Amino acid sequence: QLDHGRALHTAARGGLSSVSPQDVPAERPRAAFHTSESDPAKHTEQHEARLYNIPLEEVKAVFPHGLPHRFQQQIQTFNEARVMVRKPALELLACLKGSNFAHPAVRYVIYGERGTGKTMTLCHVVHYCSRQGWLVLHVPDAHLWVKNCKELLQSSYNKDRLDQPLQASVWLKNFKTSNERFLQEIKTQKKYMWGKRESTEEGRPLGEVVEQGLARARSASDAVGVVLRELKQQSHRGSFRLLVAVDGVNALWGRTTLRKEDKSPVSLEELTLVHNLRKMVMNDWSGGAIVTTLSQTGSLFKPSSAYTPQELLGKEGFDALDPFVPIPVPNYSPREFESCYGYYLERKWLQHEKAHTEDGKAELQFLSGSNPRQLDRLAGPL
Amino acid sequence: TLRLICTTTAAQRKNVGASGPEKYTEAFIKKQIEEFNLGKRHLANMMGEDPETFTQEDIDRAIAYLFPSGLFDKQARPMMKHPTEVFPEQRKVQWGEDGRPFHFLFYTGKQSYYSLMHETYEKLLNVQKHQDQMIAQDLPLQKEKRNLAGSRWLTKIELEEMLLEKVSDDDYSRFIQLLEKLVALPCADIEEKYIQKFSKEVPVQLQKVVIEPLQYDERGVAFSTGEGKRKTARATAVVYDNGTGKVTVNGIDVLHYFPVLQDREQLLFPFQFLGRIGKHDMVCTVSGGGRSAQAGAIRLASARALSSFVTEKEVEFMRQAGLLTVDPRVKERKKPGQEGPRRKFTWKKR
Repeated sequence: QLDHGRALHTAARGGLSSVSPQDVPAERPRAAFHTSESDPAKHTEQHEARLYNIPLEEVKAVFPHGLPHRFQQQIQTFNEARVMVRKPALELLACLKGSNFAHPAVRYVIYGERGTGKTMTLCHVVHYCSRQGWLVLHVPDAHLWVKNCKELLQSSYNKDRLDQPLQASVWLKNFKTSNERFLQEIKTQKKYMWGKRESTEEGRPLGEVVEQGLARARSASDAVGVVLRELKQQSHRGSFRLLVAVDGVNALWGRTTLRKEDKSPVSLEELTLVHNLRKMVMNDWSGGAIVTTLSQTGSLFKPSSAYTPQELLGKEGFDALDPFVPIPVPNYSPREFESCYGYYLERKWLQHEKAHTEDGKAELQFLSGSNPRQLDRLAGPL
Repeated sequence: TLRLICTTTAAQRKNVGASGPEKYTEAFIKKQIEEFNLGKRHLANMMGEDPETFTQEDIDRAIAYLFPSGLFDKQARPMMKHPTEVFPEQRKVQWGEDGRPFHFLFYTGKQSYYSLMHETYEKLLNVQKHQDQMIAQDLPLQKEKRNLAGSRWLTKIELEEMLLEKVSDDDYSRFIQLLEKLVALPCADIEEKYIQKFSKEVPVQLQKVVIEPLQYDERGVAFSTGEGKRKTARATAVVYDNGTGKVTVNGIDVLHYFPVLQDREQLLFPFQFLGRIGKHDMVCTVSGGGRSAQAGAIRLASARALSSFVTEKEVEFMRQAGLLTVDPRVKERKKPGQEGPRRKFTWKKR
């Protein structure tokens, strides 16, 4: 199955490489901060601080729900998706390439201050893994599951727990878009009962479980749980590699803002989705990797200056995730800043006359403090 | 209406002396002077100083010590000055006991103005005669240019104070024209003393600004300190040379301490003005005030610190740009009978 996956991708890459000779003459003037290398597998230190292009079809296939909102707007404006290759991402990719899949899955936690590019690093890794043919389990933002939930149903599987049909069905839909072919190949190992009448037999493709979850909103969360359990059990066989990518993992060990009908607060153990995801993030399975991001922006009840794993995860989360490989993401280095600034200039995003001068560049660097998000917000009105 | 900060106080003062006939008699003024001297000796006694050598500055200091006042307007505070400074000069009675006026131009209505014009014209004729004499004797005419840049003529109000009577705009402009004509003649140096009575020096502002020399720390990097304040915030800034443009405030990075773009723009302004954005590092401490006040205080402190890295001309540019002036605006006091400093209570008709 892996060769099958690779054959598909070489065909896509072949298509791309036929396009690149035409692109090369146009790309030469802007070769300073762009790179024509579209495959994350080939990115090395040489490509650091450069932007690479992801074709739009791939974006729709690989990232149905993962990219940050502002980046999606930028893709729409510029009609292309350009991601910067940065050092933390390169480190992660090197670790992934060299990791031994017989051992239990290694956990990586990407952390950093607000707006430094953690989610983008995660997306870079997800792109690489999907290119390599891994099965990607991408949770865009775990915070969405612990706050602003309109419906809470009591779970049929376990009386104490609460289901979230809306979030679960949304996630299942996106999961289906990103991992179509795997759903036909992976078979269930047990019989699952959805209520009194429907059931899924043993040996049926996982796609059926997903369809079941999408068709019946009531059992969506249980479908999610089933999918996660199956993937975990089967990944160590080696037929596929599993990547669990969770953004905002600190939501799994914090508090919720949800309340039951009698206004009593819901604790995290009572939510099915959270429970299953926690089991997934444990490193008691092998044959893949777990890459997570800490996020303060969506987190509840945490001060805005907190960014280290210890502060954001709390004692519980830290113990649960320990041991992990921490990957800090800093602000832009001068080279990265220059390439980002050059990209904005080239796409004519900076319209102000003074923005083209050296002074303007120095001003932008000072005012944004080389923070990617601040630079993006500053360059917006210019 | 705009409040003009840059004009001199001379243009804003009203002249009380030329308003009307005498309000204070001579005997009254004399009594005030006697009382003032007596009071001066008493004050010297109270302060333990020598009554004979008690100057006006000592009086001011003593009064400020005995009657401390927090009022902003210096002229509203208690003061003890010589009566001639307190009571403006008044015109004495212009006619004698028989009703006959003293001055020959009394019936023109503006006697001092016309006498002044006559005097000035006399000087002009004098100068012209001297000039003719010099030409007749074939002596070279002196052509020394007066320093016009540092001096200005008296304003209309100052002229009114000098003459103790009202001068209209027209009359004032005619007088100035006459003076200009006098000065334009080559041999006007003869009447230099007379002309100096009507001209004033414009003080150069820059002499008040003190530039500190650069200091060097252990590693050999040049640095300099500056202090600044705005409203209630006080800030000290240390600007290091050979830097990358990193700014630390109270030990916290500037992006975290000032999340608002406006404050960071205030900090950027001195560096951007001098074109030295990425060249200096800055470490500041700030306390008091609010977000905006702290930003303004740090801006002033950093501008003052930067003035030691920079030539004098650029310091003058900074001063004119307003980077080196302390912002005098503070919170205005709430008055009784009103809800705030300016807002009155809601007016109800009944």
